[in-house]
Amino acid sequence: MTAREGLVTAALIAALALAALWADGAGEPYWVNMASRVAILALAGAGLNIALGHGGMVSFGHAAFFGIGGYAAGIAATHAASQEPIMTWPLTVEGTDAMPTIWLAAMGASALAALAIGALSLRTSGVYFIMITLAFAQMIYYFAISWPEYGGEDGLPIYARNSFPGLDTYDPLVFFGLCFALLIAALALTRMLMAARFGAALDMARLNPVRLATSGIAPYPVKLAAFALSAAITGLAGALLADLNGFVGPSLMSWHMSGELIVLVILGGVGRLAGPIAGAMVFIGMEVVVGGYTDRWQLVLGVVLLLMVLFARGGIMGALAGAPRHD
Amino acid sequence: MTAALIFEQLLNGVQLGVMLFLTAAGLTLVFGVMGLINLAHGALFMAGAFVCAWTAAQTGSFWIGLGAGTLAAAAMGAVVEILVIRRLYGRDHLDQVLATFALILIFSEGALMIFGAQPLWLDPPALLSGAVHLPGGAAYPIYRLAIIVAGLAAGGALWLLISRTRVGMRIRAGESDREMIGALGVDIAVLYTFVFALGAGLAGFAGAMVGPLQSVQVGMGEPVLILAFVVIVIGGIGSIRGAFVGALIVGIADTLGRVLLPMGFATIMPASDAASAGGALASMLIYLIMALVLAIRPAGLFPAQ
Repeated sequence: MTAREGLVTAALIAALALAALWADGAGEPYWVNMASRVAILALAGAGLNIALGHGGMVSFGHAAFFGIGGYAAGIAATHAASQEPIMTWPLTVEGTDAMPTIWLAAMGASALAALAIGALSLRTSGVYFIMITLAFAQMIYYFAISWPEYGGEDGLPIYARNSFPGLDTYDPLVFFGLCFALLIAALALTRMLMAARFGAALDMARLNPVRLATSGIAPYPVKLAAFALSAAITGLAGALLADLNGFVGPSLMSWHMSGELIVLVILGGVGRLAGPIAGAMVFIGMEVVVGGYTDRWQLVLGVVLLLMVLFARGGIMGALAGAPRHD
Repeated sequence: MTAALIFEQLLNGVQLGVMLFLTAAGLTLVFGVMGLINLAHGALFMAGAFVCAWTAAQTGSFWIGLGAGTLAAAAMGAVVEILVIRRLYGRDHLDQVLATFALILIFSEGALMIFGAQPLWLDPPALLSGAVHLPGGAAYPIYRLAIIVAGLAAGGALWLLISRTRVGMRIRAGESDREMIGALGVDIAVLYTFVFALGAGLAGFAGAMVGPLQSVQVGMGEPVLILAFVVIVIGGIGSIRGAFVGALIVGIADTLGRVLLPMGFATIMPASDAASAGGALASMLIYLIMALVLAIRPAGLFPAQ
């Protein structure tokens, strides 16, 4: 990372935290929640960025993991409220409203789904991979719609926000703090991982898989592991979003959400550490600002996106921090 | 009753399959010739349906609407190719996904602005309304049979165009070696625009044909697009024949699964559980078939070349 990119990254992180603190100080819980949304979308994007940016795997199905994480939170909370176990066979699993447990469950469930989907999808590449991840995500989406147990098409309300030991999660700023801390942890993990042997292997799996194989490392397991990790982080973000909204529904898993996640990663800058933060800020910013003038704000988003792809590649981080340096 | 019911659902499955084929054929053609993944293909399907419904409402004639819908989708395809798509041929798939996703947003929001959020309704033409009696006694709408015939005819015409005409020869040459046919003096830019407009026209025709079966509304194209992706993955990307077989597999499996799975489950479990479990499994069936094909033949049933 160049010094300039480090500076921009630190500035973006600080800006997000300061925005939440300022809104809280000004007594504007609406804007604190908006900052939480930015942090959550950035976290989901940070997950996708591992697969998309570093691994070169264009997953058009990450909304499935986003949704699985959300449903993990919703299902655990529902069973905690009704005091009925989630399952009794082969072992009894009780519902819970403790966030740390829910987060682990969300990450575990998303990673497992990603292992299954990735094991099949990674047998192919390129366009095939895009279409297959999209199709599998759609399969999970239709399953969520047609399975009535957890709300089906209507979704699943979470009546009481899940709890974190020692904290009042109803306080918007506290909730933002949790999202923010997880975002920072995910970014730190990404940075550590990409600086390690695994990251070098993943980079090479994207750039030249044959060369990676000739140096004695099979690309397939490296990519699969990265895909599962990427899904776990996006799933964690889904659990947080479910808590923020007090609701989880199939729309979280729709193909449109997959597209939006890709958009915010690319808008921010593919494979850049702070890219998802910048992308989420601009995405939500456009929704708020342009959406304030017209209901058709996605038309503006489409035009901006199209112009960016055609004429200005590199995203926001490319504009702010220059070309990436590989070190 | 079951034999008649299954036959009726089989026809519904073939009808869905034929429509999927028309949509998937354009996608797979564009990918085969230009190497482009086009997410906005579903938007062209929607455009065909909207223009058909609107024109039919203005003129009172479904047939004028059908022609207008098909031509409008083809014309939109040509314009989009010239303005946007041709800049994407040399780019990686991520850029193509992003740009065509942007096109979806623009088309969807544009359609909302022009036609509003209320769905449009389209009546089948008088000639094809009414029903026939199937063997077994069930009544079956003539219009659905007409869709099957029209879809097969369009598929046959596409096959003739590609295998028996000079343009078709150039398209096939473009699939095997695009630099070479450029060097031989074929105007690649025009050929690409033609292929894209052809695929768009097929999608628009399919959209206009299914208009009377469902409400014409924004977002109707994307479920079809995703099913068409499944079709292409099963059939083998770039292969028209694969698209045809894949479309029939998907159409029939999806339609029959929704009827037979809940019925089958009902023999081994209580009816209410069977309805939800069977319904949930049926909604996933085609994706499971896709996973199976991928596990056995990752390049699809009929890999191109």
